[in-house]
Amino acid sequence: MIDFGFALKETRQENLDKTSLEKFYRLQELVPSFKRCFQCGNCSATCSARQFTDFSIRRVHTSFRRGEYDGLADELRKCMLCGKCTLVCPRGVNLRALIMNMREILDEPKKTGKR
Amino acid sequence: MKIHAYPYNDFVIPFLIGTILLFSIIIFKYVKWIRRFSDEQREIIRHNWYSWKIIPAIWEMLREGLIHVRIIKKNVLLGIMHQAFALGWFLLIVVGAIESRDAFYTMQHEQSIDYLHELEQQNGWHIRTTGEDKNPEFLNQRRYRVETEEGIARIDYNRPFYVGIFYRYFVHKAPASFRKHKAYSDLMDGLLLYIFLGLTMAMVKIFWSKILGMRRTTKHTLVDRFAKFSLWMIFPLRLLAESVTACLYGNGGFFTQAVGNLFDPMIVRGMETSLWMFYSLMLGVFFITMPFTRYMHIFTELLLIWFRKIGVTEGPRKTGYTYIELNACSRCGVCISGCPMDKVLENHEIQSVYLIRSLRNQERGNRLKMIADNCLMCDRCTVDCPVGIDLSALRRMTRDKGKLDTTGNYKYLSKRQIPFNAIGRVAYFGGCMSHLTPGITESMEKIFNAAGQKYWYMDKQNTICCGRPLLQQGFLNQAADLRQKNTDMIVKSGSTMLVTSCPICYQSFKKEYNLDIPIMHHTEYIDMLIKQGRIKVRHDDRKVSYHDPCELGRGCGIYDEPRNVLSAVTNLQKTKFQREKSVCCGFNLGNTKLSIEEQTAIRNASLRNLTSKPVDSIVTACPMCKKAFQHATNEYPVRDIAEVVAENLIN
Repeated sequence: MIDFGFALKETRQENLDKTSLEKFYRLQELVPSFKRCFQCGNCSATCSARQFTDFSIRRVHTSFRRGEYDGLADELRKCMLCGKCTLVCPRGVNLRALIMNMREILDEPKKTGKR
Repeated sequence: MKIHAYPYNDFVIPFLIGTILLFSIIIFKYVKWIRRFSDEQREIIRHNWYSWKIIPAIWEMLREGLIHVRIIKKNVLLGIMHQAFALGWFLLIVVGAIESRDAFYTMQHEQSIDYLHELEQQNGWHIRTTGEDKNPEFLNQRRYRVETEEGIARIDYNRPFYVGIFYRYFVHKAPASFRKHKAYSDLMDGLLLYIFLGLTMAMVKIFWSKILGMRRTTKHTLVDRFAKFSLWMIFPLRLLAESVTACLYGNGGFFTQAVGNLFDPMIVRGMETSLWMFYSLMLGVFFITMPFTRYMHIFTELLLIWFRKIGVTEGPRKTGYTYIELNACSRCGVCISGCPMDKVLENHEIQSVYLIRSLRNQERGNRLKMIADNCLMCDRCTVDCPVGIDLSALRRMTRDKGKLDTTGNYKYLSKRQIPFNAIGRVAYFGGCMSHLTPGITESMEKIFNAAGQKYWYMDKQNTICCGRPLLQQGFLNQAADLRQKNTDMIVKSGSTMLVTSCPICYQSFKKEYNLDIPIMHHTEYIDMLIKQGRIKVRHDDRKVSYHDPCELGRGCGIYDEPRNVLSAVTNLQKTKFQREKSVCCGFNLGNTKLSIEEQTAIRNASLRNLTSKPVDSIVTACPMCKKAFQHATNEYPVRDIAEVVAENLIN
């Protein structure tokens, strides 16, 4: 593509009727502390991986909350699981459990597909 | 002609079946496990089989197999109970075998046919004749005197191996020339009493385990209870059978004869063989259940000691050695008493004993996953285990997420620039957590400067995790990727030593990495600096209590260095649970299942231990623990060792 210095972004409109929040509800059941999250972004601010790349754990779990699952699985693999996010969270959300459960839930259809 | 006499009664059959099955199953299982050893483990075994390492291995097998020193050291009463069962029964078998051997040796000289007839009539011995001129009438007419052309026929007393077990029944009256008869029977009775001591303690333990120093005991399955019942029945039945025989024939020792004298011979006469049958039946039942229950540890522990002592260790994935470890667990439940999850959170399902049982029963699914994941990995049980099983390794193995594809996961890390020339310098690795406790890293920099040591703070700007958190959660390949990145950086920098502030990283560098340079935790490093006189510190009289971080203490065995440093700079107080008994701060990275409330509960328990005596402040050596305690209390300042030393530096 020719670089004009600007680009058209894909539409960010969400069809709320078609969005399935089933995975999010399951995640909330597995990690109840996620309900407390008020999206302050402390987790992203302290993240070790964030210092190298544009990975943002806050963006990931916010997208998950909204039912936008595309590309999250690949994004989550950047996490080093060091646990700083869990330690700084002012609301006591167990982010490491959250990350591991998100990965598990997102990887599920792939596994069943293979079988 | 030759006369063969051998003791036999139908009641030996259950015992024989049990013994044969037991040993065939055990040999089958052992061969299966040993064939499943990994190639590296085989290499180690081949290398060490003919080395000096077998001497301590054999020594420990003898020591643990006979006297059971380790469990006695852990818990005296429990050790005495176990020793009474194990050593008592072992000696009962050995002395029984020696006694029967001795008696039979004397019998060979006792060629009286009257004596033979007595054995046949009263004890049910079987007699068979061989030789060219064998006299069939001998068996039919039961003559007392057998005379052939050569004179009196020779009697051969055969001694099958089970005689030692049922000796009192088969030899009511030892030959007159066997003088040691009384001494042997008294000795055997003493051994039986010794076992009864253990049995009594075991029964007390059921109702009042605290008296034996166990806060809580294992919840056993039905099969285990059944096996325990058969084991416990063996000895009272043996006592009854021997007493009845003693009552009828007066061949008992001080104990069995005394019990036997209480019976009326007229009443018990008919019960004798039945009692011996029950005794044999219980032996058989116990032997058959043994390979499938916790009693498999009896032989497997010796096998485990042998392989461990010649250098075999647990790998990242399941091998034959893992099966040996799983089967060496006696489910004694010592791991339960110390577990903070049990003590504080009243979670009675996830302790190592239950993990091992689930693994051994090849359970799968959510229950096993819940057991494996809900653990702090604080290593308390590993230290407590009287068998010395590598419990944390088993737990990590169970969490294994499989061989996941990791290409591209950490591509972004290659952006990290390495070309820094640190030749001759000390590399300082703060670790992820130390970035949240800047006091520690600043103090370390201060100490480096005071010692005049040139250093390279390798993760000042941005940290690559050491890989241990991923490893603990079973992401083996990802962890290996991160290790590779860090190794590259350290090797290329040319630094001569690695100092780290985080015990998690320390254990990772020490155990998982293959670095050629010395690796030190900052407590070790500061201790070295003080000893070498490179930094000068002043001593103040403020009282402090020291919290042993799990990964530093139990994980790497660093207990003395932090204490040396603290005694040099402050007034160190002892706490109730210290060194290997220290209580985890609750924030250990090993557990992802605990909520913040549960973590806080464990932390408060740990804090109560640290502040049980009046102290001015709490000192720890781990950024994670520091963070955990810091939030808990305003009353006591929480500091790291590095901070305490930096405050007391004399420039």
